[in-house]
Amino acid sequence: MDLNLAKEFYRQMLLIRRFEEKCVELYSKEKIRGFLHLYIGEEAIAVGVMHALTLDDAVFATYREHGHALARGISPNKIMAEMYGKVEGCSHGRGGSMHIFDTETRFYGGSAIVAGGLPLAVGMALSDKMMKRNRVTVCIFGDGAVAEGEFHESLNLAALWHLPLLFICENNRYAMGTALEFTESETNISLKAAAYRITSRQIDGMDVIAVAEASQQAISEIRAGNGPIFIECLTYRFRAHSMFDAELYREKSEVEEWKKNDPLLLLHQHWPDINIEEYESEIAAIIDEAVNFAENGTLEPLEDLEKFVYSPKGVQ
Amino acid sequence: MNTTITYREAVRQAIRFWMEKDERVFLMGEDVGHYGGSYAVSMGLLERFGAERIIDTPLSESTFTGAGIGAALGGMRPIVEIMTVNFSLLALDQIMNNAATLLHMSGGQFNVPLVIRMATGGGKQLAAQHSHSLEGWYAHIPGLKVLTPATVQDAYDMVGLALADPDPVLIFENSLLYNTKGLLDTEAMPLPIGKAHIHRTGTNLTILAYGIGLFKALEAAETLAAEGIDAEVIDLRSLRPLDDDTIMNSVRKTHRVMIIDEGWKSGSISAEIMARINEQAFFELDAPMGRVCTAEVPIPYAHHLEQAALPQSDKIVAMAHKIMEEA
Repeated sequence: MDLNLAKEFYRQMLLIRRFEEKCVELYSKEKIRGFLHLYIGEEAIAVGVMHALTLDDAVFATYREHGHALARGISPNKIMAEMYGKVEGCSHGRGGSMHIFDTETRFYGGSAIVAGGLPLAVGMALSDKMMKRNRVTVCIFGDGAVAEGEFHESLNLAALWHLPLLFICENNRYAMGTALEFTESETNISLKAAAYRITSRQIDGMDVIAVAEASQQAISEIRAGNGPIFIECLTYRFRAHSMFDAELYREKSEVEEWKKNDPLLLLHQHWPDINIEEYESEIAAIIDEAVNFAENGTLEPLEDLEKFVYSPKGVQ
Repeated sequence: MNTTITYREAVRQAIRFWMEKDERVFLMGEDVGHYGGSYAVSMGLLERFGAERIIDTPLSESTFTGAGIGAALGGMRPIVEIMTVNFSLLALDQIMNNAATLLHMSGGQFNVPLVIRMATGGGKQLAAQHSHSLEGWYAHIPGLKVLTPATVQDAYDMVGLALADPDPVLIFENSLLYNTKGLLDTEAMPLPIGKAHIHRTGTNLTILAYGIGLFKALEAAETLAAEGIDAEVIDLRSLRPLDDDTIMNSVRKTHRVMIIDEGWKSGSISAEIMARINEQAFFELDAPMGRVCTAEVPIPYAHHLEQAALPQSDKIVAMAHKIMEEA
């Protein structure tokens, strides 16, 4: 870990933060519609995990995935155009905020069925194992997923089949508006993973350096053929669950308390040499360009409505 | 080469053939390996291909089906076997929300070349959690293809057709067909997905059927022939896509139609076919269309009740009389 890397982490986290703040603004202007789930507060996880991957690795994410997509390197222009429902969007305007996909970075969504992405990640890792490819699949999900059967089925299979798979649980303490302690008899999620004989760690998800180091360590163990690893990242979402959430289920003081651990703040405290003003104008320009790109994008013609239901002829 | 074999053996031969030809193909499901398949379809394949390609899974339908989708995204050509259609409901989320939608949600970037095979249908006194025919339900979903092999030839051909398809294909094998015998020509050019097959040409009445219903329809057609009613019997083969052209051409010829549906009547594939005939060939009809479906009851255990619930050739004959009597 050096200052340059710390700066890069700061820049990436700030990009996610400012990008999403712009999304909120655009949502209130009705430029973006549907559900919009903000990642603000959780940026350290996406940035720390993605840093540990190569472009050959695969990512399966959730419906709160703007941060994962940006940190993975998908162009902000394409993400913003997707939010606008434009053809130039990374999913051709068919997916929206919850369904970001990108072949180039092997980004497989963008799944809005909680825990629905875990079995897919198991299958992807299985294909790598069968074909003897030295790739890792990363599967990101929230604490809500832990209550689904697919979580348990997938952890079991990943361990049983010894798959090259990194599970990242973003435990932000609430499944939408219901706190973990109201739904789980055991709230230490890493213990559940350990019960499936998966090497399991619980880390501070607000600390990007901790996330990056734990991810790098995990990825190198997985690449060495040691089977799946599970990392529970303790985190907190500063904003509402979605734009429709009145946040009746938590105290403002709790939010304020967690904001003392803001990942941007923490990183700056650790590396005071980061000039936090340095990135604002660059990032503002990136976001302006993304908004322009999306504004000037094209709406898909209605005659194409039934496209992408089946593959065109010739696809294998 | 022409041989007479069972439907079960035809499916097994096809799986073996494609696994030998293509290293990306593998079989995954409950009891497919050491047990040999709950309907003995995969008997011997574990010994031939090993546990890495004939994969016994835990009773986790949702996750092993989802893993099939993930492996397909990873470049494999998985065949997922689900023990029965009733159990497939545990995997419905993966089939509907992922397999059928990923190509679309990703704007055409990620297709899912997955094959899911499952047993369907009643008739073995297995009661209301093992005996249903939900293929018509699956045919509701854009993004899926739904195949219903009736003949030994199709049992063989459809495995290859499904594996060659870039999108998710569901194959419904009626469990009463596994022991039936028929002629298999492994050199024959398979009829493509979405093409119905006219099994018996006729001029008085069109009977549309699929899966095991084909044989009930053919049996009824023999009875009707003895009475001087010349029925045309069409095997739909694929419930999605439906072969509208073959259906409408037959309607234009016979002007009378009956549909045999192993599913329940309400909201069924037979209802869909009737609607299409209404839309596309209404003025060709000389009589109201008829259909023989499964009675609207969960399949009962008692033999006589179960038989009464399912479509049978005598009901088909009776329905044919009714349609022929209408002016």
